[in-house]
Amino acid sequence: MNIVVLVKQVPDSGSERNLRPDDNTVDRGSASNVINEMDEYAIEEALKVQEAHGGEVTVVTAGPASAAEAIRKALSMGPDKAVHVLDDALHGSCALGTSKALAAAIRTINPDLVLAGAESTDGRVQVMPHMLAERLGIAALTGARKLTVDGSALTIERQTEEGYEVVTATTPAVVSVWDTINEPRYPSFKGIMAAKKKPVTTLSLADLGISPDEVGLAGASSTVLSASKRPPRQGGTKVSDEGDGGVKLVEFLVSEKFV
Amino acid sequence: MTEVLVVVEHSGGAVKKVTLEMLTLARTLGEPAAVVLGGAGTAGPLTAKLGEFGAAKVYVAESGELDGYLVAPKVSVLAALVRDASPGAVLLASTQEGKEIAGRLAVRLDNGLLTDIVDLAPDGTATQTVFAGSTIVTSKVTRGLPLATLRPNSLTPTPAPVTPEVSTVDVQVADGDKLARVVDRKAEQKGSRPELTEASIVVSGGRGVGSADNFKVVEELADLLGAAVGASRAATDSGFYPHQFQVGQTGKTVSPQLYVALGISGAIQHRAGMQTSKTIVAVNKDAEAPMFELADFGVVGDLFKVVPQAAEEIRKRK
Ligand SMILES: Cc1cc2nc3c(=O)[nH]c(=O)nc-3n(C[C@H](O)[C@H](O)[C@H](O)COP(=O)(O)OP(=O)(O)OC[C@H]3O[C@@H](n4cnc5c(N)ncnc54)[C@H](O)[C@@H]3O)c2cc1C
Ligand SMILES: Nc1ncnc2c1ncn2[C@@H]1O[C@H](COP(=O)(O)O)[C@@H](O)[C@H]1O
Repeated sequence: MNIVVLVKQVPDSGSERNLRPDDNTVDRGSASNVINEMDEYAIEEALKVQEAHGGEVTVVTAGPASAAEAIRKALSMGPDKAVHVLDDALHGSCALGTSKALAAAIRTINPDLVLAGAESTDGRVQVMPHMLAERLGIAALTGARKLTVDGSALTIERQTEEGYEVVTATTPAVVSVWDTINEPRYPSFKGIMAAKKKPVTTLSLADLGISPDEVGLAGASSTVLSASKRPPRQGGTKVSDEGDGGVKLVEFLVSEKFV
Repeated sequence: MTEVLVVVEHSGGAVKKVTLEMLTLARTLGEPAAVVLGGAGTAGPLTAKLGEFGAAKVYVAESGELDGYLVAPKVSVLAALVRDASPGAVLLASTQEGKEIAGRLAVRLDNGLLTDIVDLAPDGTATQTVFAGSTIVTSKVTRGLPLATLRPNSLTPTPAPVTPEVSTVDVQVADGDKLARVVDRKAEQKGSRPELTEASIVVSGGRGVGSADNFKVVEELADLLGAAVGASRAATDSGFYPHQFQVGQTGKTVSPQLYVALGISGAIQHRAGMQTSKTIVAVNKDAEAPMFELADFGVVGDLFKVVPQAAEEIRKRK
């Protein structure tokens, strides 16, 4: 099975994240960057499918030059090769623009299965897998907590508010996963060394046949008008439990009309 | 007046609260037109409630195909409706499915999309909170009409009763929309508690709760307050509480009137899912726990002493 796994580099959610003051895009320089956590689960799932069914796993990323670190980290877990969609004109792309570039890159690989995280921690938009399926004209099985592959038949358990849905499709398909699906492996020393030699192909917009004004800030379908930091919350009253902490708590709730 | 399409979120034959929020918001933008998508008989029990909150029109698209396949058939219906009705804006709920429909619709119409908005002005300027609520941005769709998903609990729904004109929509679904077939739906422990993202009050437990069994203490307080129960990742990872109740960066984002954190330290990834709550209360035995920096009211103490006493006190006052 020919598998693509989509990996996005995001600012670490554990550090302070900002928008750039000049153009209100995500500041990828002010925070340390990491692989979007959910994508590690997608990589793990890709490797599991490969172990059971054979084939190749290709990491695909759209992002600035710094995203090369995320690609190496992803490769050190085990995938065979990577494609880095890299072009200055992609800076400031909206989801529509990014999906256009990613879809074109995926087409060059013609995979049976595209694995992705269910959402990214910077934008939390949860739209990329469906946008890609729409552009590629293939099935989207999204929000999986379990994936079963039987020949060309794919079945997922899709996590919902009420419980789960069983959804099926045949390949080719996009499958997005939540962190309930597996336990991602840690890269081994051998894996880290091997990753340095794995092929990474860089594709520009010209390589993908996309004109620069269709993507990036120039082709964006939405714009950020202003950004401001919210004043940090101020802690309020703090009391120590002297045997009446529960009563004091309820008194507060009553004063705020919650009880 | 231009129509503002509101894609109805519903579950178990009832309109979800976020739909009423969308209708309330839509009234400030134009004439609200609710769109009901589902299997046969879906709209019947919903229409009165939609009218009560100002839906002048209810578009009803009913077909087994809308329920039988994931998302794409609904997108086809909406895309056709947008072309026919030329609405001034389209609102969906910022839920998993709401965002998925919106994302596909954006591609189909080549129309900009704003997710997780908390407000939308008549000139199309949306307000969003990003990076775990630490940053507020205003943004605008610059290609196409304002297409946005509203985060639950962004505003207080207010009634404005009208008698809706019900209009049946022809459901045309292409073969390409039928690639992901839903073969089964399974409900898991929902019980009588409100849904986490919609609840006005959320009571959450963390690692400090210590065990699955001890979560009874959290549930008891939640039930007395009519609240939903949430959990930190440490609590879900340890198997104290099911994963779908996780609040935070990789769980649900909640924005209730009241958030009660019991035995939760307040790591940045947990705060990411709850720090836009209106009022925050914390119980933690560590006076230095970061959660106290957010809490409007905090009790430094053992939750197994404080919480049962609070529960008893609420019972007394009822
Ligand atoms: C990429 C990423 C994503 C993450 N996503 C999430 C997420 O979505 N949600 C999330 O919650 N976390 C998330 N985390 C984990 C997060 O960093 C913290 O590890 C987690 O929130 C800690 O949970 P906790 O507060 O319950 O546990 P702890 O940090 O261990 O805190 C337990 C607290 O309970 C107190 N306590 C103990 N016993 C008692 C008692 N008897 N009475 C009162 N207080 C007591 C202790 O003083 C302590 O403050 C994520 C981490 C990463 C790296
Ligand atoms: N720029 C990107 N490059 C590669 N994959 C991406 C990119 N953006 C999003 N994805 C994938 O799509 C998933 C959902 O992202 P999002 O829709 O941004 O929440 C992520 O977990 C990634 O797997």
